[in-house]
Amino acid sequence: MDAQKAQAYWKENITTIMQLLAVWFVVSYGCGILFVDLLDTIQIAGFKLGFWFAQQGSMYVFMILIFIYAKRMNAIDEKYDVTE
Amino acid sequence: MDLQTLIYLFVGASFALYIGIAIWAKAGSTKDFYVAGGGVHPVANGMATAADWMSAASFISLAGIVSLLGRDGAAYLMGWTGGYVLLAMLLAPYLRKFGKFTVPDFVGDRYYSDFARTVAVICVIFVSFTYVAGQMRGVGVVFSRFLQVDVNTGVIIGMGIVFFYAVLGGMKGITYTQVAQYCVLIVAFVVPAVFLSLQVTGTFLPQFGLGGTIAFDFDNGVQTIQQGTYLLTALDQTFTDLGFSIPYTEGRAGVWNTFLLCVALMAGTAGLPHVIVRFFTVPKVRDARISAGWALLFISILYTSVPGVAAFARLNLIKNVQNNDYATWTAECTAEQEAAINAVRAEGGDAARMPCAGNWFATWEKGGLIGWMDKNGDGKIQFANGAAFAGKPTYTDATGQSGERMLSNAPTAAPAGQAIENELYVDRDIIVLANPEIARLPNWVIALIAAGGLAAALSTAAGLLLVISAAISHDLLGRVIFKDKETGKSKMSEANELMAARGAAVAAILVAGYLGINPPGFVAQVVAFAFGLAAASFFPVIINGIFDKRMNREGAIAGMLVGLIFTFTYIVLNVFVEKNGFIIADIKPTGIGTIGMILHFVVAYFVSRATAAPPQEIQQMVEDIRIPRGAGAAHAH
Repeated sequence: MDAQKAQAYWKENITTIMQLLAVWFVVSYGCGILFVDLLDTIQIAGFKLGFWFAQQGSMYVFMILIFIYAKRMNAIDEKYDVTE
Repeated sequence: MDLQTLIYLFVGASFALYIGIAIWAKAGSTKDFYVAGGGVHPVANGMATAADWMSAASFISLAGIVSLLGRDGAAYLMGWTGGYVLLAMLLAPYLRKFGKFTVPDFVGDRYYSDFARTVAVICVIFVSFTYVAGQMRGVGVVFSRFLQVDVNTGVIIGMGIVFFYAVLGGMKGITYTQVAQYCVLIVAFVVPAVFLSLQVTGTFLPQFGLGGTIAFDFDNGVQTIQQGTYLLTALDQTFTDLGFSIPYTEGRAGVWNTFLLCVALMAGTAGLPHVIVRFFTVPKVRDARISAGWALLFISILYTSVPGVAAFARLNLIKNVQNNDYATWTAECTAEQEAAINAVRAEGGDAARMPCAGNWFATWEKGGLIGWMDKNGDGKIQFANGAAFAGKPTYTDATGQSGERMLSNAPTAAPAGQAIENELYVDRDIIVLANPEIARLPNWVIALIAAGGLAAALSTAAGLLLVISAAISHDLLGRVIFKDKETGKSKMSEANELMAARGAAVAAILVAGYLGINPPGFVAQVVAFAFGLAAASFFPVIINGIFDKRMNREGAIAGMLVGLIFTFTYIVLNVFVEKNGFIIADIKPTGIGTIGMILHFVVAYFVSRATAAPPQEIQQMVEDIRIPRGAGAAHAH
């Protein structure tokens, strides 16, 4: 594999990770810790929204993020023909 | 069948299963022993990782922590799950491509330095042993409560079982045993959680029950909260009524420390060697990625149930004990009383406050995990804000007016203006273990919990012991002490290394057993150590090794040492020398790993830029790690 292609592959890999980690940060640290009191002013059924993110929602989002990552990386691997 | 027979049956059957698997999956080579031959299916690996990860602390203590801390418990919930996102995206696929056996392998090879390798080995051993001590203690506690043997006998039985499958089977035996252990522990956790959710909220899943409404009128001692009120609203109201200054769903630790703790737990999770090594066992890079997803899915089944269990337990406890008469409630049941309870339950009624329904309370009191001091002399239990008495309960031999164990602790006065004075001490670790009894769930559920608690503790202990044995036999003996100076390879033969690995596992089990029987008084505090050190050492050093091609030996070693020494010193000063005597910027010792990690990154960057670039072949190796093609199986050297 030539160096240029390897660099492009790596760049796309980093972009994907950064996008997903941005969501990871906003959901856990943003909704669950930094802005939790603000979100708590919104009540949905029995949950205050901030409390829900802190004790439930963030974990669901984490799971979804990893599966999205695995799927997108597989597509990128194929695009650059670096699959095993 | 009576409870004791059921417990023997459930625990015995699960142990037979683990041993059967160990015999079936006996390791024949070092590759089998260290990485299960590198051929584990990603879903099976996800389950094994989940069992490995979820320790006695997750199974027994986590719900208790969340129940006690309310919303702040989220730092643990998010910290111990969010780390898997980092692991999946930043570490696992590249380490799998690297394709060796251990974390010190990566550190030593990537930074072309046996000094770096040795520092990593020492860290692995220290971090893993602190963790193991807690597990063996967990095994002892479960044994002593449910099998009616003393804690030490319990620990020795546990050692025997782990010895069998970890020493014989190595990673191969452990992985398949852990799949079985995951199944046992998750059923054992979720079944009572569902029962409780149905009982308290009428909702099947605890994840939804947490946001549901209570299924009964709830008398908290100050007022009766109507059926149909949201569970969390009822808890918040009760907290206010009982004098707690902050309701259940609001934070008390502050944003700064919650944030630091959460970062340290996430980076620590991603940096713990016994978790990382799981991703060496799958066949391909793409399997490593998806396997982290499966692991988190399996972990989250338990973790998302925890907040529900925590809230149900808190409400149940207050409902059942508040103003209940100690003598009649905790007495041994007569046949008539038993029949009366069963009659109420048969009609779907709540029997938890009836005479003799609180016999569990006396049992745990005997075990020293519950204390009651009848301060107002009315013979009834009161629960409210504030400690009932100073310190942990110390019992005298005397029995009180109502038959309770008398305490020699100094009583604490209730805060001014509080309607009810607290008389109750409950150890947070009993929340999960006692829940089924508190809620009077069927006996087989209690037996299941015993088996589940043991599965959680044993699976984690085995994984840790294996990491310790690999660090000694593979990294220390094979790659440092018996290294051939000319070829850089190990002078030990494969058969000798396998024998050394088994010997190291035996030694590790003996040390772990010793720590379980004679636990250092600070087991709870050393957990901060394990996570703080992993966050300040392994996590940044591996990230740099993959994402920064220019990172060299000097930068990595400087970073590791600064991160380690800083974190280590801060924890020792504030935990062991003088409790919180050396606090900087209001940072608690539990969150200091985050600062250590930042220091590591900064120091490593500047030192590496001021010194020579790594050799060409190392830069080539980094290029190679980044691309999945050509991973092949994990290989020795």
